[in-house]
Amino acid sequence: MRIGDFKESYAADEAVFSTSTSRFWLGMLFVLLAIFPFMAGEYLLYMANITGIAIVAALGLNIMTGAAGQISLGHAAFVGIGAYTSAILSNRFGLPFLLCLPLAGLAAAFFGVLVGAPSMRMKGLYLCITTLAAQVIFEFFFVHWESMTGGIRGLNIAAPSLFGFDIGSEFGFYWVTLVVVIIAATVSRNLFRTRVGRAFIAIRDRDISAELMGINLFRYKLYAFATSSFLAGIAGCLWVNHLKSITPEHFPLHESIRFLAMIIVGGLGNILGAIFGAIFMTLIPEVLQTILKFFEEIYPQAMSFLFPLQTVVFGFLIVIFLVFEPHGLAEMWVRVKSHFRLWPFKH
Amino acid sequence: MDFFLLLLTSGIAVGGIYALIALGFVLIYKATSIINFATGEFMMIGAYIFYSCSVLFGLPAIPSFLIVMAGAGLLGLLVERTILRHMLGQPTISIVMVTIGLSSILMGLAEMIWSSDFKSFPALFPRAPIIVGDLIIRSNLFWGFIVAMATVAVFALIFKYAKVGVAMRATAGDQLAAFSMGINVRSMFTLAWIFGSIAASIGGLIIGNIGGVQPNLGGIGLKIFPVVILGGLDSIGGAVLGGFIVGIVENLAGGYLDPLVGGGVKNVAPFVVLVLILMVRPYGLFGRKEIERL
Repeated sequence: MRIGDFKESYAADEAVFSTSTSRFWLGMLFVLLAIFPFMAGEYLLYMANITGIAIVAALGLNIMTGAAGQISLGHAAFVGIGAYTSAILSNRFGLPFLLCLPLAGLAAAFFGVLVGAPSMRMKGLYLCITTLAAQVIFEFFFVHWESMTGGIRGLNIAAPSLFGFDIGSEFGFYWVTLVVVIIAATVSRNLFRTRVGRAFIAIRDRDISAELMGINLFRYKLYAFATSSFLAGIAGCLWVNHLKSITPEHFPLHESIRFLAMIIVGGLGNILGAIFGAIFMTLIPEVLQTILKFFEEIYPQAMSFLFPLQTVVFGFLIVIFLVFEPHGLAEMWVRVKSHFRLWPFKH
Repeated sequence: MDFFLLLLTSGIAVGGIYALIALGFVLIYKATSIINFATGEFMMIGAYIFYSCSVLFGLPAIPSFLIVMAGAGLLGLLVERTILRHMLGQPTISIVMVTIGLSSILMGLAEMIWSSDFKSFPALFPRAPIIVGDLIIRSNLFWGFIVAMATVAVFALIFKYAKVGVAMRATAGDQLAAFSMGINVRSMFTLAWIFGSIAASIGGLIIGNIGGVQPNLGGIGLKIFPVVILGGLDSIGGAVLGGFIVGIVENLAGGYLDPLVGGGVKNVAPFVVLVLILMVRPYGLFGRKEIERL
């Protein structure tokens, strides 16, 4: 329970985790995350890894769409660029994983700036359609630049290692994912407290007002594109090193939409929202599969409905959250927390 | 030269069909400022309704066609009343995502009802190809083009002369003024969705007739974005012209460049042209520059 909540300095007031109660629970979360891999089996670790990778990508999209208000329909393409960069660097030049990681991010950020360049003259819907064009064009290159990307057969890479440890196993990779997720979440949370992050939010809320206050729209939109696709590239690098193979089919438009759905369902512009959304949207297909398995005994063909049912549920989630809970899971979380703040005492 | 003319004519024919689908998008955007990412799925549903009527229930073409129009109208009505009405005045991202969610729902439902197998229509038009001079045009494409153009013309006439059409244009122009002139603005929104859905479903029917139906038929709907952006989102004439440009560009690019890079150019070329045009004219070829005030 949280009591005696008063601050004596501005620094304490500005702190992300402002009370000792929340710091305690954060510590508990870290402890839990640290013992999780020793308890969990291969499958749970696999789920944790893909969830972690989705969180990094969603955090990236959250900077661009949630904070800066620019809708991106091409996020999966940037994840793809990161993944291909990492695969090509490690296959052709034998670069170690630790070097591939930032380079994949930088490559994606470079293309992000390239795609963001038209934002000098366009905005809103027109910019959104440009990112759709980027998605289609990059996808084309993934398939057809065969000498580089291996075409539709894709590329395979060797199991990565870090400081001499083999991180090719689910268990080994869990630690990498965990560290990257923590860094990405910390960086993007703190980004929103800097000049750049505040400028993003100003642009989202009203771009003309932001410009009148002296924010260079073009420059800050490029920053948003760069940071967002940097994180996407990092996620891509993790992705390819986790699965150890890559084909163009992994980064379709639908994947971009899935990232958007994550941050919508989680809560736009909210770090916790992006994390919740990524976890939720990654787990939903598994939950559906479990439910259908249960029905399989009564109705043997139930499994054939899995794929369309996933599509329908995916759509329903987006629509229902937007209509009934526009601030997403993060808002629900806040409500639950405030309910328990004074629990069991009322008022 | 023959090859060029062949590509050009098929480009024009396909472009006419794109124009019709883009019309379905623009009708909705003009009246309600909602970007409908589910246009492609409206097409698919229209095509599936036609398939059910003509193949499963064995109805002749004309009644099936009427049922498709009624079904599409009902779908538009339902979608507007149950979902989009709640979204009026919401930020762009919410509206974009709601229609994306809607497209996902429709696609999944279609796969549940009609399965993911490929379905083809019975022959609607005479099979013999149309021959003009040296040119040979596939009959389905030719008749599809004729039907698409006829539908576009009907919609254009409704907008120009019918009372409903004038009221819809007034609503698109200035909602407040339309309201004070006694136009029921809300029912105009609903009507825009009904018309948009009907236009898209006729487009879907034509495409289904050419290439068969599958739940992912709606993917073609993505191509209307180059079309409508080129034409400028709120211009019907622009949508038609954009349709032709995209149809011609993709056929020419596909025909000449596909052998060089190994296929797939057809789907990318419209988007490349789109980006190039947007660099020069940020509001499309015919769109109005929006003037924003605080």
